[in-house]
Amino acid sequence: MSLLYVDQLNIKLGPVSVLKDVSFSLQQGEILALTGESGSGKSMTALALMQLLPDIAKTDGRILFQREDLTTKTEKELCKIRGSDISMVFQEPMTALNPVKTISAQVSETLILHKGETPRAAREKAQSILHKVGLPPSVVPMGRFPHELSGGQRQRVVIAIAVALTPSLLIADEPTTALDVTTQAQILALLKSLVKETNMAMILITHDLAVVANMADNIAIMQHGKIVEMAPTQTLFSQMHHPYTKSLFAASGHTVNLPYKAVNADNLLKVTHISRQYRLPRKHPFEATKYARAVSDVSFSIDHGERLGLVGESGCGKSTLTRAILGLDPIEKGTITLNGRDVQNAKADVRRDIQVVFQDPYGSFNPRHKVSRLVCEPYHLLPNAPSGRVADDKISRLLEDVGLSSTDKDKYIHEFSGGQRQRIAIARALIIRPKLVIFDEAVSALDVTVRAQILDLIAKLAAEYGLSYLFISHDLAVVRSVTDRCLVMRDGQIVETGRTKDILDNPTHDYTKKLINAAPKLPALPKGITAHAPS
Amino acid sequence: MLQYAFKRALSLCLSLCLASVVIFAVVEIAPGDPASFMLGINAQPDTIAALRAELGLDQGKFVRYLEWTGGMLRGDFGTSYTYRSSITDMIAERMWISLPLALYALALSTLIAFPVGLYAASTRGAPGDVAVMGVTQLGIAIPNFWFAMLLVMIFAIKLRWFSAGGFAGWDDGLFIGVKSLTLPAIALALPQASILSRVMRSALIETLSEDYIRTARAKGLSRQAVLWRHALRNAMIPVLTIIGLQFSFLMAGAIIIEQVFFLPGLGRLVFQAITQRDLIVVESVVMLLVFAVISVNFIIDLAYAAVDPRLRHGP
Amino acid sequence: MRQYRSLIIGTFLSLIVLIAATFSFVWIPYDIMQLSIPDKLQTPNWDHFLGTDHFGRDILSMIMVGARTSLAVALLAVGIGMGIGVPLGLAAATRRGAFLDEVIMRTNDLIFAFPSLVIAILITALFGAGAMNAIIAIGIFNIPVFARVSRGAALSLWQKEFILAARVSGKSKLRISVEHILPNLTNLLIVQGTIQFSLGILAEAGLSYVGLGAQPPTPSWGRMLADAQTMVSFAPHLALIPGSAIILTVLGLNLMGDGLRDALDPKLRKSRQ
Repeated sequence: MSLLYVDQLNIKLGPVSVLKDVSFSLQQGEILALTGESGSGKSMTALALMQLLPDIAKTDGRILFQREDLTTKTEKELCKIRGSDISMVFQEPMTALNPVKTISAQVSETLILHKGETPRAAREKAQSILHKVGLPPSVVPMGRFPHELSGGQRQRVVIAIAVALTPSLLIADEPTTALDVTTQAQILALLKSLVKETNMAMILITHDLAVVANMADNIAIMQHGKIVEMAPTQTLFSQMHHPYTKSLFAASGHTVNLPYKAVNADNLLKVTHISRQYRLPRKHPFEATKYARAVSDVSFSIDHGERLGLVGESGCGKSTLTRAILGLDPIEKGTITLNGRDVQNAKADVRRDIQVVFQDPYGSFNPRHKVSRLVCEPYHLLPNAPSGRVADDKISRLLEDVGLSSTDKDKYIHEFSGGQRQRIAIARALIIRPKLVIFDEAVSALDVTVRAQILDLIAKLAAEYGLSYLFISHDLAVVRSVTDRCLVMRDGQIVETGRTKDILDNPTHDYTKKLINAAPKLPALPKGITAHAPS
Repeated sequence: MLQYAFKRALSLCLSLCLASVVIFAVVEIAPGDPASFMLGINAQPDTIAALRAELGLDQGKFVRYLEWTGGMLRGDFGTSYTYRSSITDMIAERMWISLPLALYALALSTLIAFPVGLYAASTRGAPGDVAVMGVTQLGIAIPNFWFAMLLVMIFAIKLRWFSAGGFAGWDDGLFIGVKSLTLPAIALALPQASILSRVMRSALIETLSEDYIRTARAKGLSRQAVLWRHALRNAMIPVLTIIGLQFSFLMAGAIIIEQVFFLPGLGRLVFQAITQRDLIVVESVVMLLVFAVISVNFIIDLAYAAVDPRLRHGP
Repeated sequence: MRQYRSLIIGTFLSLIVLIAATFSFVWIPYDIMQLSIPDKLQTPNWDHFLGTDHFGRDILSMIMVGARTSLAVALLAVGIGMGIGVPLGLAAATRRGAFLDEVIMRTNDLIFAFPSLVIAILITALFGAGAMNAIIAIGIFNIPVFARVSRGAALSLWQKEFILAARVSGKSKLRISVEHILPNLTNLLIVQGTIQFSLGILAEAGLSYVGLGAQPPTPSWGRMLADAQTMVSFAPHLALIPGSAIILTVLGLNLMGDGLRDALDPKLRKSRQ
C-alpha cells in the first residue's frame, strides 16, 4: 500500500474548476515532481493535500494518506497531522516566517505543539535541527529574527520547521524559485539528503524542468488542472507522449536562431570606471558612516550592432548599473557616454537613443491608458513627433511587427496576457527606433513557452532592425542564445568578459564556473523534439 | 534599541520646540490686545501702556518667547493676566480632572476594542461579526458630546445612578472621584472604541492573509491558535498607531465633554481664558496638551520597537 | 448586489441630506427667523413633523438649513485639505528622503501632534467664532491627512516600472506626477475624501456645540444641541432630532466611503470572491 493515494481529486473555487480528476500515488522515500506552467493547478494540489484550501473550495474525490481519507477528517484531526506527518515548504522565504518571532521560537513551536515538549527541551532540539539544515549556532545564533537572515538561510529555517518531526511526507512548493542559482543548488541538495536520510516522501512542485530532471523519481506534468502525463523520470525523458509535455520540454531547452555577429570596434555605449555606493544605516549614533559598494569601478562598452549580455545574481549591482545607464540614478565616479555624449543629465536628444524593456509585464504599464497611448509614450522625446494618421499607422505596423494585431491599440492593458504585455513593452521601446535597447530581466517573469516566443521575437527584431542591446539576466541559458558577448558580474565588479559561447563553455573565473555548475541542466532531449519555440 | 529610543527622544524635543514656536506665533498674531481688553474701551492710553509694562507685554517678542519657554522648563508657567495668580497652580488643579478623564477613556476604549476586534476577526463573515461591524459603524457616527447628553438623560435624570454633572473631587476617596468621571469617560470612549475595534479587526484580517500565517497553519496550529500566537502581535502596529492618535483626540474631546458635565477641567479653563483674552493661560494650556500628546506618541514609538524587532535596528 | 449594500445604503442616506440641504434654498416648511413663542416645545405632530424648539421655531426647517451649514463647512474643509495636501504629498514623493520631503513630512508630524480640536478651538476663539474660521481650522487638519495618504501611495507608484518607463521617455517629474501618479490616486482620494468629509461634519458639530461654529441666527446642528442641553429632561426631542441628523449623515458618508473602497479597489474585490 502506498503512503499517499490521491483518487479522482476535483476542486472547484466557486464556478472555476481548478483541479480535474487528479490521481497519483506516492511511496515512502519517493520524490514526485509536479510540474507545469502557472495556473496549471500545482500549488492547488499541494494545498489540497494539506487541506488548507480557501474556504470557498469544493472538494470531490479522495486523498488517502496512510490509508485514511484526509477529505473526511475534522479540522482538529487535521491539525494533528499537519506539521507532524505532512509538512510543507513554501516558495517565498522572505515572507514565510513570522517577522516578530526568533527563529528558535518558530522551530520549537512545532515540537511544543505536537510533542508537548517543555520550551527548554524544544529549544535544544530546535538547535540540533537547525544545525542539521545547515544553520549551526556559530553561524546563525538561535535568537536571530528572520529579517537578519539571507533568503537562503530563511528557506533553511522554513525547512527546519517542516522536518522538525521527521514527517512521512514533505511538500515543497517552488522551494527555490525565489533564490539565486547557487543558493538553489544548496537548498535542493539539502532537500535531497533529508529525503535519503529519513526515507520520507517528497512532492516537489516546480516550473523548472531542469530542477525536476535532477531531483525527481517520478514526474507528473500538469496543464489546466489536469495531469496530462506521468512517468518515471528516465522513461519520461526518453519517450514522452503527450504533445503538451513535448512542447514544454522543447520550450525549456529552446535556443533562438541568432548567429554570432562580429562587429567593428565602434563604441555605441561606453561605460568608464563608474562607481556608486549606498550609505548603510548606522548602528550607533556616533559611528562613522559606512558605505556599501553597489557598483565599483566598472568599465565596458557596447559597439554598434552588438548584443551584449550581463549575468549576475541578486545584489551583484546589475540593477544599479542599469539605472545609471538609463539616467534614472546618478553615479559618483566615472562616465557613461552614448556615441560620445554624456548620458547623465542628458537632454531628450541623447535620451531618445536608449529605451528599456522591464521585467514585470504587469507593473510596466499605466492601467488607465490605452495601448496606443502606452506605446507612443517615448514620442515625448522627439522634437516633432508624428501625430494623427501617421502615428496611427506607425503604431499599427509596430504592433504587427511584435506579433500583435493593429486592432489591439484601442484596448486597455488588462486585456492582455503576460506574454502579450511584454510584446507591447518591446513595441514601446522600439517606436522611436532607439540606438540601444536594454532588456532588464525581460523574460524572467514569463512561463517557459511564452519565454521561448519572446526570445524568438527579440532575435527576429534584432535581425530585422539591426538592434544593439544590453540583455540583463540571472539565467545563463537565456543569455547563451541571444547575445554575442557577455559580462559576468559579482559584488559590483565585472569578473569575466568575452564571447558568450566561450564564457559558458570554458569559463576561466572561479565564480563563473560556480554559476555554471550550480545551474540545473536539462538532459538531452529525445529525438523528434527539436528545440524550437512552439507556436 | 538604545539608538532607536535616542532618535525618538531627539525628535520629541524637536517637536516640542517647534510646537512652542507655533503656539506662540498663533497667539501673537491673533487680534486683540489683552491690556486694552482688560481695561475696557474707555481706558486711557497711558493706563493701557502701564498695564502692558506690568504684564511684560512691552518687551520684544523674542524676549517674551524666551521667558515663556524658559519658565516652562522650570515648571513655572507665569502669572495669569486676569487672575494675577500662578498659572502653574491653576493648571495643576484642573489637570487632575482632564488627564484622568482622558486616560480613563483611553483605557475603556482599549479594553472594549481588543476583545471585540479579536472576536470579529475570528468569526469573520459570520452573523456575530456582521452585527459587531454594524454597531461599530453606528458608534463611529455618534458625536461624543451628544452621546454624553443621552447618557445624562438616561443614567442621571431617569435612573438617577449618577449625578448629571459636576465633580466631587478626589478628597472623598478614589471611588467617588472615579464615579463622577464614569459617564464622561464612557461618552468619550465608546465612539473611540468603535474605531479601534474596526482597526483591530482589519489589521488582524490583513495579517491573517500573510504567508507566515500559512506556514503556522502548516505546522498544525488551529485557526484560533494562529490568531493568538502569530497574528495578534503582528497586527499591533496599526492598532498602536490608532491608540496614539486617540489619546490626542480624547484630550480634545475631554474639553468638549467637560462642558456637558460641568466639569472644572482644563477645557473650562481654556474657554474662560479665551473669553477674557488671558492669552498666557491659553498658550500654556495648549502647550501642556501638546506635550501630553507628544509624550504619549513617544511611548507608542517605543512600544512599536518592543513589538517589532525590525524597528530596533536601522532607521 | 450584496457586495454593494454599504454603498447603496450610504449613498441613499447621503443623498437625503444633500437634497434636504439643497431644497432648503428654495423652500422650507416655516420661516426660521420668525419666533412664535405660543408654539414652543411642541413634540412632533402633523403641523410640525419634528416638533418645535423653545422659541417655537419649526425643527424640520432648522434641520434642513442646518444641513446646509454642516455640509458646506465640511466640504470646504476637505477642499482645503485636498487642494493643499495632495500637491504637497506628490511633491514629497518625487524625491524620497530629500530636503523637501523631510520638511513636508516633519511639518505633517507636527500638525498631527496637536490635538486637532484644541487647535480648532484656539483658532476660532482667537480669530473670532464663525463658519469661515471653523472651515479653516478643520481644513488645516485635513492637509497632513491628504499629504500623508497621497505621499504613501505615490511612493509605491514611483517604484512601479511604468513610472520608470515614463522617466526613460524623458518626462519631467512634475509631468509624471500629473499624468501618471495623480490619476492612479483618484480612487484612494475619493475614499479618503469621504472619510474626512464625515469627520468634518462631526468636528463642525463639536465646534458649534461649544459656540465656536456658525453664529446665530444661522442654524447649525451643534448649536441646536447646545440649546437643547438645559431642556433634555422635559423636551428630549430637542436633543434627539439634531443628534440623529448628525448620526445619519456621518453614517451615510462612512458607509459610502467603505462601499466605494470595496467597489473601486480591485485587490479587495478579488479577495472577497
